[in-house]
Amino acid sequence: MLFAVAVFAPLLGSVIALLLGRAIGDRACQAVTIGCMALASVCGVTAFVTLVYGGGSPGVVSLGDWIQAGSFHTQWALRYDTLSAVMVAMVTFIATLIHIYSIGYMSHDRSIWRFFSYLSLFTFAMLMLVTADNLLQLFFGWEGVGLASYLLIGFWYDRPKACAAAMKAFIVNRVGDLGFAVGIALVYATFGSIDFTTIFAAVPAHQGDMYQVFDVSWRSFEVIGVLLFIGAMGKSAQLGLHVWLPDAMEGPTPVSALIHAATMVTAGVFLMARMSPLLDFAPGALEIVTIVGASTALFAATVGCVQTDIKRIIAYSTCSQLGYMFIAAGVGAYQASMFHLLTHAFFKALLFLGAGSVIHAMSDEQDIRRMGGIWKLIPLTYAVMWIGNLALSGIPPFAGYFSKDAILEAAWASHAGYAHYGFWCGLVAAFLTAFYSWRLLILTFHGKPRADAHTMAHVHESPAVMTVPLILLAIGAVVTGFAFAEQMLGHDWMAFWGASIQLNPANQVLHEMHDVPELVALAPTVLGGLGIALAYLFYMFAPGIPAFLGTRFGAVHRFLLNKWYFDELYGAVIVRPLMGLARTLWIVADAQIIDGMPNGVAGLTADGAEQIVKVQTGSIAHYAFAMLIGVVFLVTVYLFIR
Amino acid sequence: MNQAGFPLLSMLTFLPLVGVAIILTIRGEEAVVASNARWTALWTSLLTALLSVVLWAKFDPSDGGFQFVETAEWLPAWGITYKMGVDGISLLFVMLATVLTPICILAAWETIQSRVREFMIAFLVLETMMVGVFASLDFVLFYMFFEGVLIPMYLIIGIWGGPRRVYAAIKFFLYTLAGSLLLLLAVLAMWSAAGTTDIPTLMTHAFSPRVQTWLFLALFASFAVKVPMWPLHTWLPDAHVEAPTSGSVILAGVLIKMGAYGFLRFSVPMLPDASQEFAPFIFAISVIAVIYASLVALAQTDMKKLIAYSSVAHMGIVTIGIFTFNAQGISGALFQMLSHGVVSGALFLCVGVVYDRIHTREIARYGGLSDRMPAYAITFMLFTMASIGLPGTAGFAGEVLVLVGSLKISLWLSLLGGMGMILGAAYMLWLYRRMMFGALDKIDLKGILDLSPREIAIFAPLVLLTLWMGIYPSSFTGFFEASVGRMVDHHQAAIGAATKLAGVLR
Repeated sequence: MLFAVAVFAPLLGSVIALLLGRAIGDRACQAVTIGCMALASVCGVTAFVTLVYGGGSPGVVSLGDWIQAGSFHTQWALRYDTLSAVMVAMVTFIATLIHIYSIGYMSHDRSIWRFFSYLSLFTFAMLMLVTADNLLQLFFGWEGVGLASYLLIGFWYDRPKACAAAMKAFIVNRVGDLGFAVGIALVYATFGSIDFTTIFAAVPAHQGDMYQVFDVSWRSFEVIGVLLFIGAMGKSAQLGLHVWLPDAMEGPTPVSALIHAATMVTAGVFLMARMSPLLDFAPGALEIVTIVGASTALFAATVGCVQTDIKRIIAYSTCSQLGYMFIAAGVGAYQASMFHLLTHAFFKALLFLGAGSVIHAMSDEQDIRRMGGIWKLIPLTYAVMWIGNLALSGIPPFAGYFSKDAILEAAWASHAGYAHYGFWCGLVAAFLTAFYSWRLLILTFHGKPRADAHTMAHVHESPAVMTVPLILLAIGAVVTGFAFAEQMLGHDWMAFWGASIQLNPANQVLHEMHDVPELVALAPTVLGGLGIALAYLFYMFAPGIPAFLGTRFGAVHRFLLNKWYFDELYGAVIVRPLMGLARTLWIVADAQIIDGMPNGVAGLTADGAEQIVKVQTGSIAHYAFAMLIGVVFLVTVYLFIR
Repeated sequence: MNQAGFPLLSMLTFLPLVGVAIILTIRGEEAVVASNARWTALWTSLLTALLSVVLWAKFDPSDGGFQFVETAEWLPAWGITYKMGVDGISLLFVMLATVLTPICILAAWETIQSRVREFMIAFLVLETMMVGVFASLDFVLFYMFFEGVLIPMYLIIGIWGGPRRVYAAIKFFLYTLAGSLLLLLAVLAMWSAAGTTDIPTLMTHAFSPRVQTWLFLALFASFAVKVPMWPLHTWLPDAHVEAPTSGSVILAGVLIKMGAYGFLRFSVPMLPDASQEFAPFIFAISVIAVIYASLVALAQTDMKKLIAYSSVAHMGIVTIGIFTFNAQGISGALFQMLSHGVVSGALFLCVGVVYDRIHTREIARYGGLSDRMPAYAITFMLFTMASIGLPGTAGFAGEVLVLVGSLKISLWLSLLGGMGMILGAAYMLWLYRRMMFGALDKIDLKGILDLSPREIAIFAPLVLLTLWMGIYPSSFTGFFEASVGRMVDHHQAAIGAATKLAGVLR
């Protein structure tokens, strides 16, 4: 019951704000949506605590029928187990803080009611996603998240860039969604059901099922795994379908925080964990998951090192951290990926909101080349940004240290051949992460002020509605690591996760990861430290070096600055050819060829009619002659053919 | 005689004609006549809608056969009777027609200013024909209604249409008529083979496979034009562009469903072997329709054309679903038809709203409307999302069921058919962005007004239906589940019998 309240309270707030927003005013909208969110987070956290520590039992809250056709049955239902309870507690808590923060950040906006309504809608969609009891309802939340992100990225719809980014996010996500939807259909074709309980119970029975693709038989599980992962790639911005994420920065900063921390990009990782009972029997699909995840982690980290927009750097770091989570899922350590998801949610929300606070202080400046020298002016923001970056870089005892270390240890400990690719990519990415984090920190806060005097005069610490959420998130970024590490990943992980994560008995990676060599366990931290040191060297002590490297290796620098030219590639290979094809199909195929035939026939008929008109001379002699021909013809037919 | 206790279906069918008779008796000044004609038409159509609710309430969804059956002697010597009846498949189409008609009449309230009386007469006659198509259980009767639809629609486009209305109307007429001739031939052939034109009897009559092939082609010619399937679709954009708003709504909402309904009622159950044989061909042109029409929609600069092409793409999903011959595919196709009827109708109404104000359908002439028209923006967004097939709106259930059904045939069919998911998002969001987003800098848009109370009254039932069909679709699928199940069983039995026979012969 509490659980249902946690899920539906945000919807209530959103609908009230959307329909009555203009009538009741901005203040009332904020009060209603935040009231609903606070209620949701109280219920959500309580539900989580009762389930895991209070001896509560998991279950399903059924809400009614949804779609039925033949044997295809789906229900609206909320699944209450550790996996969903953790997510609900985290999502509601962080989303509430972001709502509160938005009071301050969006105080000058024209349509505050709309913003808060969308924020709550976004939260609701994510909650439906994580509490789904079947794949189709998960898809409902999945698409709902897509819609809400579209609305929020394009919130300032009078800016062309924001509109373009919103459309891009939705359409790129749809590419993944198609894979996901077909995956759901294949799950149904394989299991005859899409309810989690039924599927998971039937996994052993269907292990050997085969499915034809390209005239080759594949194990059904592998095909399902790959299709679902394509969906996850879209939502979680993995290499190839990541192009929407950096552009999503066009939305207001609290939206970025929500997208990156709580409500959107984590959906793909969650899907992997939710489907773990099936995926764990699909080694081929997991190999793809690991390789794509590892490549994304490395790719995004390299791009993050040269970006100059403060939000963009953090966005690429999200992309990279999601890669880590997929590495973990790919090597079978779903618990570790969920753990990293949780810690990441706190420190990433913190970083984004902190960046928002900086942007707010700098009169909407986002370019770190035009910042600097402000750490004394906004000390609190500076402090929380430190905490966030320490957590992100995996420095003990901050939250990210525990989860990132666990992932790399699991990658090392896994027996799968591809797992070491994940380990090495992750290790290099850890170094780069620390480097670009401190590059951001130093360029933003230290050195001589590079902004104009007018902006500098206005630099001020944010109001309490913004700083209090920052402080709470900072606390989360410190404690979530050691508070949950042992429970989620220890030898006794079953006590925490219950039946929500069921693995292949052969998968012992969670036990083996505790026995990796010391050097492996230490390496990420050491490399993180080195990354920080390098950033200090480059940007604090010898600022000539990066400039020199930039010109010396101009090609590399441009390649990274342009994000490996993915946008250009897609533009040249997909978007422009398709638009050209669309115009050709319309103007040539439709208007000339297909329409040409009937129009041609019509023309022919008209011309023919004109010719025939000439026969109608009005002279009886002509008509009589024509009749005679007819008679002769008929008589001939009658005589000779009969 | 039937569970209603009175000839409900005949009343539903011919009640609009009573309204026509009343309108014909109206005399007086032009303004008075116009106003009275409007009100009479509205009340007649509302009464019909109300009556159809009785049909809906008394229908027994657990029975997959025909209900409310009425028979009367007509041409006994020829085996032709006047026979009406609905099953789960046709019931909801009757409802669709009766619900959309009053909405269309309301939509034409102010936009149609010339020859109002004749317009209303045409619309009521059209309603009679549409209900008749879905309610008749005799092939000859069906044929009469099916062809009868052409006349009022031809007039609606040709008289009250846009500048190129005559071209569009004649194109519409000729395309459909050409197909219809073959339909007539098929009717005659079936009648001479089976000795009756009674639809339930024909469904159980086993035509020989060779005859089936020819009959299938003849029926296909007629129904494929109506759907319309690629490459017979080009009449549709022209007809839509030139038709007045309410004409477009009824064309997209009900008329093009008649083709797909024909496949479901005649081709698949009566010609199972030929249907099976032609299924791959249908899949191929349906997939082409989805991708081709979506791409063409992407390139459009005219709002109505864009939505017309999106209809072609959506109907491609429908034909894929029908020819999967499984419960999910057929249910999905049916649901997609219903949702498309509501959603595309609503989208044409959305276009009508701004057309009435600015008098252009050129997308480039708009931009930034959200600022001045927030209620319109929300409504339009809802229908845009429903057209894209967002879960929770009407468009989703049908699409996903067809996807599930088609995967049983092949992965590629469902992947390629599903391309509409991506391309649909592209062209609809691109349309929405160009119209609603951006800065409001065009001078003639600065004074544009938001939805009027009349327009809100038009949209309210459609909004409710769209959400209802999205959140609780089982209340609709429940109506046709039994009938679809019967149809699937019948098909499998027929195919099974044919293969067995082949085995014996071999």
